[in-house]
Amino acid sequence: MQPALQAEHVYYTYSDGAEALKDVSLDIAPRQIFVLFGPARSGKTTLLRLFNRLSDLIEGSAIRGSIRFNGQDVFEHGVNVPDLRRRIGMVFAVPSPLPGSIHDNMTYGLKMAGIRDAVLREERVERALKQAALWDEVKDRLDNSAFALSGGQKQRLCIARSLALEPDVLILDNPTSGLDPLSTSMVEESLHELKQRYTIIMVPHSVQQAARVATHAAFMLDGEVIEVGDVSQIFGKPHDQRTEDYVTGRFG
Amino acid sequence: MKPQQTQKLAVAIITASAALVVIPIVLVILFIVAKGIGAISWTFLADAPRSGMTQGGIMPAILGTIILTLGTAIVCIPLAIGAAIYLAEYAGDNRLTRWVRLAIVNLAGIPSIVYGLFGLGAFVLFLNLGTSIAAGSLTLGIMTLPVVISTAEEAILSVPQEFRTVSQSLGATRWQTIRHQVLPHATPGIITGVILGLSRAAGETAPILFTVAAFYLPELPKSLSDQTMALPYHLYVIATQVPGMPLQIQYGTALVLLILVMSMTLVATVIRTRMRRRRDW
Repeated sequence: MQPALQAEHVYYTYSDGAEALKDVSLDIAPRQIFVLFGPARSGKTTLLRLFNRLSDLIEGSAIRGSIRFNGQDVFEHGVNVPDLRRRIGMVFAVPSPLPGSIHDNMTYGLKMAGIRDAVLREERVERALKQAALWDEVKDRLDNSAFALSGGQKQRLCIARSLALEPDVLILDNPTSGLDPLSTSMVEESLHELKQRYTIIMVPHSVQQAARVATHAAFMLDGEVIEVGDVSQIFGKPHDQRTEDYVTGRFG
Repeated sequence: MKPQQTQKLAVAIITASAALVVIPIVLVILFIVAKGIGAISWTFLADAPRSGMTQGGIMPAILGTIILTLGTAIVCIPLAIGAAIYLAEYAGDNRLTRWVRLAIVNLAGIPSIVYGLFGLGAFVLFLNLGTSIAAGSLTLGIMTLPVVISTAEEAILSVPQEFRTVSQSLGATRWQTIRHQVLPHATPGIITGVILGLSRAAGETAPILFTVAAFYLPELPKSLSDQTMALPYHLYVIATQVPGMPLQIQYGTALVLLILVMSMTLVATVIRTRMRRRRDW
C-alpha cells in the first residue's frame, strides 16, 4: 500500500542557520496513529508543519529532500497549498479557536473553500462534531462564543473543525498539553474512533501517552529520526539504546 | 536616601508630571469656551458672513471644513490601508519595503506649509486642478497618509499571529486570512487612526492656504473644482487680516473648530472602546 505521507532525506534549516531536521526519512501508512515522540527541540513540530506546508509561514527557512503526500511532492511548484491544508488537517498544542461562535469556527474552512451550500455545510458540521465527540455538549449552543468552552471542549472543537473539511490526514501537535486527565482521555478516545477513517500523526504529551494511543511510532532526537517501528516493538524491545533510554525514562 | 524614600520621591515626581500634562489642555479649552461661547448662536452657525465678515455667521467655513475632511478621507483611506496591509502582511525585507518605510518617515516629517506649496505646484498648477476642493483634498490626503498608515499597520500587527496560522491551516489563502481574520479585528485600531488623522487634517491651515481656501466666499461650493471657505483659514483671516474684527467672533470660530476636531477624537475613542469590549479573546 502506498504510504499516505513520506519524508525522504529531509534537511530543514531556520533563517538563523539552526538545523532543525537532519536526513529525516519516514513512511506513514494510511489509517495509523503514527506518533512522533522525543525530547523538546528534537524537531517534531518542525516536521509536522512541513507536511501541510505551514512551514511556509516561517520566513527564511530552507528545506532539502522531499515530503510526499499520496506520492505527490508537496513542495513542488504548482501545488495548491490551501487544498493541501484542507486534506491534511492540523490541531495545535494550545486550543486555538478563532474569534466567533462555535458554528463560525466549524464553517470557516468550508466557507473559505467556497462551499456555498448551507445545507451541505450543516451536515458536515454535525458529522464532524459527532466524530470529535462534542456534538451532544454543544448542539444547543452552536451560536455561543467558542472561547466560552472548556479547554478540553475547545480542543475537540479544533479537531472537529479540521474534520469538517473531510481531510485524509489529521495532524495533532501535542493536543492534550493543557488538558486535565479527563479531557485528555476523551480526546484520546476520539482518536481511536478516528483511526478507522483517517491517518493520524501526533506528537504526544508524554511517552506514556505515546504508548497508549500509537499504532506506530518514531523516536526523534536532535533533528534526527533514531528509530521507527510499530508500537509493541518501539516500546517493548527498542533496537536503539537511545530509544530504550528515553522510553524507560533514563533521560528526557 | 533609603531605597524606599527614593521610590516615594520618584513616584511623586512622575505623578506630578502626569498631572501637569492635564493643565494646558484644560486651560486652552476653558479659555476658548469662556471667550467664544457668547458668539455661538443659530445665526452664527447657520448664516454666511456679512459686512466684511464682522457680522453673520460662519456656515460656509464649517461646511467647507466638513467637505474637505470627507475629501481627505476619500484620498487617504484606501491608499493608507492598502499600504498598511502591504507593510504588515506582505512586506519582505527588500528594496520596495525600505523605500516605502523611508517615504512614510519622510512624509511624516514634512512641515505642513511645505505640503501646501507642494499641493500648489503639483495639483493646482501641474495637474491644472486650480484652487479647488479637489486640490485641497489631495494635499490634505497626502499629508494625512503617514499617521493613518502607522496606526493601521500597528492595529494589523496587534492581531494575534495565531489567528493567521490557524486560518491558513484550515485552507484559507493568505488574502482570505487577511480579509476574514485580520482586518475585522484590526478595524477598531484602523478607525481610530483614520479619525485622528482626519481631525488633524480638519484643523490644518497651511496645506489649504494655496490649494483650496477662499478668503471670503459666502456661496457654497457646487463642484470639486470650486474653492471653499474653511474654518482654520477663516480663523486665520479674521484674526490677522480683518481690522476691527470683534474678538468674540474670533473666539467663537475657534470654539467651533475645537468642538469639531474634539468631537471627531471622541467618536474615535467611543468606536474603539465599543469594539474592544465586544471581542472575547
